[in-house]
Amino acid sequence: MPALFAVPAAVAVAFLAVPLLGLLGRTPWGSIAAELATPRVLEALRLSLVCSLGAVAVSVVLGVPLAFLLARVEFPGRNLVRALTTLPMVLPPVVGGVALLLAFGRRGLAGQWLDQWFGITLPFTTAGAILAEAFVAMPFLVISTEAGLRAMDRRFEDAAATLGAGRWLTFRRVTLPLIAPSLFAGIALCWARALGEFGATITFAGNLPGVTQTMPLAVYIALETDLEAAIALSLVLLAISLVVLVALRDRWFPTA
Amino acid sequence: MRRTRTRMAALLAVAALALAGCGGGDDSGGSSGAASPGEIKVFAAASLTAAFTRIGEQFTAANGGTKVTFNFAGSQALATQIQQSAPADVFASADLANMDKVKDLVGTPQNLASNQLQIVVEKGNPKSIQGLDDLANPDLKVVLAAPDVPAGKYAAEALGKADVTVRPVSEEDNVKAVITKVSLGEADAGIVYVTDVTAGGDKVEGVDVPEELNVLATYPIATVKASQAQDQAQAFMDLVLSAEGQQALKEYGFLPPPTT
Repeated sequence: MPALFAVPAAVAVAFLAVPLLGLLGRTPWGSIAAELATPRVLEALRLSLVCSLGAVAVSVVLGVPLAFLLARVEFPGRNLVRALTTLPMVLPPVVGGVALLLAFGRRGLAGQWLDQWFGITLPFTTAGAILAEAFVAMPFLVISTEAGLRAMDRRFEDAAATLGAGRWLTFRRVTLPLIAPSLFAGIALCWARALGEFGATITFAGNLPGVTQTMPLAVYIALETDLEAAIALSLVLLAISLVVLVALRDRWFPTA
Repeated sequence: MRRTRTRMAALLAVAALALAGCGGGDDSGGSSGAASPGEIKVFAAASLTAAFTRIGEQFTAANGGTKVTFNFAGSQALATQIQQSAPADVFASADLANMDKVKDLVGTPQNLASNQLQIVVEKGNPKSIQGLDDLANPDLKVVLAAPDVPAGKYAAEALGKADVTVRPVSEEDNVKAVITKVSLGEADAGIVYVTDVTAGGDKVEGVDVPEELNVLATYPIATVKASQAQDQAQAFMDLVLSAEGQQALKEYGFLPPPTT
C-alpha cells in the first residue's frame, strides 16, 4: 500500500469511529433501562418492529417475483425496470416521501381513486408507514435475490424438470434452497433499511405516537426536548444495526 | 472496456452531483463557525418566516449590505440547537418557555409581537368547520403541531378552554408543516397562528377562534451571548422592535407585544 494512504486511512477510521464513541460516551448507562421503559419509547419500539416487518413482508411478496422477472425473463425495457428498481436506493428518502405523497396522498395520482372508490387513505396510517418503508427497502431485497438467481447453477432446475417436477415444485424444493443465502441477506438488509427509514415516513405517513411515530421519528422529536430518551433510542437502533452486520459478516466481509 | 469506462464516467458524474448537492447549502459567506461581521444568523420561530424575511431585507439595506441568514424552525428545536452551541446571533421564540430554556445563553429578552390562533381549513371550507368543537369529529383528519412546539402547546390550551378533545392524525414538528398538510389536501383542518393562514396562500382559509377561547402567544427576542457579532445582533433586534419592524410585523398579521 502506498505510504501516502496511511494518514487518510487513519482519518477515515477516526471519522467513522468517533461518532459511535460519542454516542456510547454520552449514553446515560445508569438510567437507560428506565428510559427504554417509558410508554412513548416502548410504543415507538413496537411500531418500528411492526412496520419494518410489514415492509419486509411486502418486499418479499412483491420483490422475489420481481427478482425472478429481472433475472430470468428477457423482455423489452428490462434495463429500464432494473433502473426503476434501484432508484429508491439512491433517491434521497425525503424525496421518496414527497413522491409517495403526490402519488398516494388524498389528492394523489393513484391516491385520489383509492379514496373515492374504496375510502382508503394511506397518509397518517400505519399502512402508510409500511408503504414508505417498503418503497425504500425493497430494492435491497430485489438486488440481492436477483444476484443469487443469476449466480446459481440452473442445471439443478433443469434436472428437476427432467425428473418431472412442475415449475412451482422446482421453485420450492430446488431454487429456493439454492438462493436462500442471497435471499436472507436481502431480507436482512431490507429489514435494516426499513427500520431506519425516516425521511419518507415523516413526509408521507406523518408523525403520531402509536400510529406512525417509528423509532427514528421518535429520536428526532425527542432530540428537541429530551436528549436522554433520544440517546437511548439511538442506542437501540445502533445495537440492531450491529446485529445485522454480524449476521451478514460472511457475505460482506469474507474471511477467506 | 468501453462499457466499464462509460459506467465509471456515469458514477463519477453522479458522485459529483451528490457532492454539489451536499455542499450547496452554505456556500455564501458562511463556514459553520461564528458569523463574519458581514453576516448574522437569526434563529426564529417558523411562524415568523415571512415577516422576518422582510425585516431581514430592510436590515441588509440599512446596514451596508450585512447579510441576514435565517434558521426558521420550531422554537423548541431552535432552543435545543442553541443549547448545543449552534452559531446563532439572535433568537426569536414563539413562546416565553423556550426563551426561558436558554436564559443563561442569551441577553435580556424583549417581547417583539403577539399572535393568536386560528383554525386552518382548505379553501372553500369543504367540511364546513365552524369552530373548535367541530374538530372533535372523528371523521375529520386534524393535524396539530407536536405538544412540545409552541403552536402545539397553545392549541392544547385553547382546546382545553373549549373542553374539546381532538385526536390528531399527525403531530408536526413546526407550525408551517401543519399548513402544508392542509394545503396539500391531506388534512382537513389544523390549528395554527393567524399569521400562518395569511401566509398560507390561496389554498387555505381561516376559521376564527372566539376571543374567550383563544390564546395570546407572546414572542420574545434576544441576542445570543456567544455571538461574535454582538453589535450587528443588537442592531437587528433594535430594528425588529422599532417602528419600522413593528409595522412590518403588523402587515403580516402580528399583534403588538403585550404592554406589561
